[in-house]
Amino acid sequence: MKAVLDIRRGAPGETPHNQTFDVPFEPGQSILDGLRALRRDVDPSLAFRFACINANACKECMMLIDGKVDYACTVRLKEGVTTLAPLPKKALVRDLVTEIAPPDERLHLKS
Amino acid sequence: MHLETDVLVIGAGGAGMYAAIEASRAGASVILADRSLIGRGGATVMAQMTVAAALGDREPDSWEYHLSDTLAAGRGLCDETLAAMVCEEGPGRIREMDAWKVGWARDGEHIAQVHAPGHDRARCVYVEVLSTGPAVSKTLRTQLNLVSGVRRIGDLAIVDIVVEDGRACGAVAIHIPTSEIVTIAATSVIIATGGLTRLYRRNSASSNMGGDGYALALRAGAPLIDMEFVQFFPIGHLAPRLVGMDPIMWDPFRYKLGGKLLNSEMHEFETDYARSDQRSDGNYVLTRDLATYAISKEVEAGRGSPAGGAYLSFQHVPEDVIRKSFGPVVDRLAANGIDLATQLVEVAPIAHYHMGGVQVNAQLETNIEGLYACGEAIGGANGANRLSGNAITEAFVFGARAGVNAAERAKRARTRWSDAAAKPAVALLRSAEKRDTPNPAHLVADLQALMADKVGPFRTQQKLGEAIAALDDMTKAIGDQPWSSAEPFDTVLLDWLDLRNMLLVAKSVAVPALARTESRGAHQRDDFPGLDDSWTLNQTIALAGDRLDLAKRVPSSRKVPV
Ligand SMILES: Cc1cc2nc3c(=O)[nH]c(=O)nc-3n(C[C@H](O)[C@H](O)[C@H](O)COP(=O)(O)OP(=O)(O)OC[C@H]3O[C@@H](n4cnc5c(N)ncnc54)[C@H](O)[C@@H]3O)c2cc1C
Ligand code: FES
Repeated sequence: MKAVLDIRRGAPGETPHNQTFDVPFEPGQSILDGLRALRRDVDPSLAFRFACINANACKECMMLIDGKVDYACTVRLKEGVTTLAPLPKKALVRDLVTEIAPPDERLHLKS
Repeated sequence: MHLETDVLVIGAGGAGMYAAIEASRAGASVILADRSLIGRGGATVMAQMTVAAALGDREPDSWEYHLSDTLAAGRGLCDETLAAMVCEEGPGRIREMDAWKVGWARDGEHIAQVHAPGHDRARCVYVEVLSTGPAVSKTLRTQLNLVSGVRRIGDLAIVDIVVEDGRACGAVAIHIPTSEIVTIAATSVIIATGGLTRLYRRNSASSNMGGDGYALALRAGAPLIDMEFVQFFPIGHLAPRLVGMDPIMWDPFRYKLGGKLLNSEMHEFETDYARSDQRSDGNYVLTRDLATYAISKEVEAGRGSPAGGAYLSFQHVPEDVIRKSFGPVVDRLAANGIDLATQLVEVAPIAHYHMGGVQVNAQLETNIEGLYACGEAIGGANGANRLSGNAITEAFVFGARAGVNAAERAKRARTRWSDAAAKPAVALLRSAEKRDTPNPAHLVADLQALMADKVGPFRTQQKLGEAIAALDDMTKAIGDQPWSSAEPFDTVLLDWLDLRNMLLVAKSVAVPALARTESRGAHQRDDFPGLDDSWTLNQTIALAGDRLDLAKRVPSSRKVPV
């Protein structure tokens, strides 16, 4: 089976652009599985956050999936197009990564 | 940017958070840095099962019984002082966590304790349902907020420890969201970076468990110990793809409900491997090592399941019994399209925990003054194999101890931060060149495949030799100049830095594995089956220039205070 990931990319100050990738998959695999395969096989510069991969414990992989805030590690890949974008209400870092750490756990503290 | 602190704690899992809390209580200023978010990046938050401590509330128990089980599992190689520390101080930490409202499950008025494999009695506490890790992490995060003087910094990856005149004086780090180089001056530095199981293709690791701390220690001049002992968990989930659940989730199922392991001929093969001299662990036919052996041998003989493991079946268990024991989990399985009453799942051994690690003394200090280590990052307490439930306990106990000792040292000693000593690491980061071929993320996958195929649970001289040669080639291929993609969240640079560490750490596993010509605990040599008494020795490994040097020592026995 083949999924198409339509991914919003770019860093702050750049005009965001969308890039689409074909991702072969097996039923049951997650969006995160697809993103990791993309980095490994196509574009290692693609940025997204994750830590625990399976357990849904770290809660780092949140993004906008088909317009809805969700975890990339629990939403499954599907045939056809899935759009991915960074969280809208958080400061953009790059591609799908946003600043999600609590404000007092960042290097640059707002004074 | 340059920061200063009394104590720098690297890694915010159970060990690092406990260390930060205790160092702060002892009056030190603390920076707690994690390459991921605080309390989320490592194994602690993922743990689902139990934590061992001889509380003795429900039935009589003593830390000495716990110690004798721990030493038995370690097959003669435990550092007895460290093992005793875990067992003796574990109950106090478990009660402290209870007072901090972690929510240990209750059995009437007592904290509930279950009997986990390898323990001689019901000794293991837990948080319902399969929530031990998240509860522990949340509780420690809350305590961190309550103590003053701990500066928590997420997204900060420590790249190297700075050592001047044989003393640790801080670290060089990269701030991931901006790629800014950060130097941190510290009187005491604590490595609390967790384990290395990401080195293997099939693992229970998070993305941050490539073994950074071992590489940091080696490059700082501190030796590692028992690195050949990587624990494989026999029945990691393999197929069908399960999301939102940890791959080690089948253990409690199997333990409570007695799941059957079947090969492709639907034959229940476990009994074929049961040895008369082997102590059965409670409801299991085989111990973890033997189950790993049995599954691997069935696969080798061409009787594996389609995905390359064994089938696990609960079809003999009535549906209502399954639901009664694991209701909420049954629903999550249903969401994954799995019905245990009618379906088999596939399981295989996966890398799960590392017994080896940074060598420390009873103060949790390495041979580099001011450099401490704790948690899964240290070696010694578990010898050749770990008892289930001991890992979280050791994270608490060693974390707390390291925190206090590091703070005490900070009161006595003065930092001598050295720009000159920090220069090589800073220059390394500055020298990064834009480049992404070969794809470094692919190289990580290649490394994981190599380790699984050649340095897995069953080893031979030939496979280990091939692994070491391939690791040397890969190390040459990545060179000494980092690769980079883009300024903020530079994934290519992070992969390159991971490879730099993972390749060194992988070699520090393969080299002692090749030297140990016997089979013991988690280190099994097909060409040297059976335990050899003359190998009742620990191996240590240290970096000398580009060379890894091995040494042997007699396992440290306990100094009983007079
Ligand atoms: C899925 C799973 C289930 C488990 N279940 C159990 C169980 O039921 N009972 C039990 O006793 N044990 C269990 N274990 C083992 C136990 O969880 C771990 O041994 C223990 O939590 C380790 O704690 P730690 O603080 O040493 O390391 P971790 O919790 O792994 O924390 C290490 C931290 O260091 C950070 N870090 C790493 N490198 C760097 C760097 N270079 N710079 C900055 N930060 C860095 C990581 O991001 C991470 O946050 C389990 C392990 C796993 C993986
Ligand atoms: S990767 Fe951890 S919650 Fe999704």
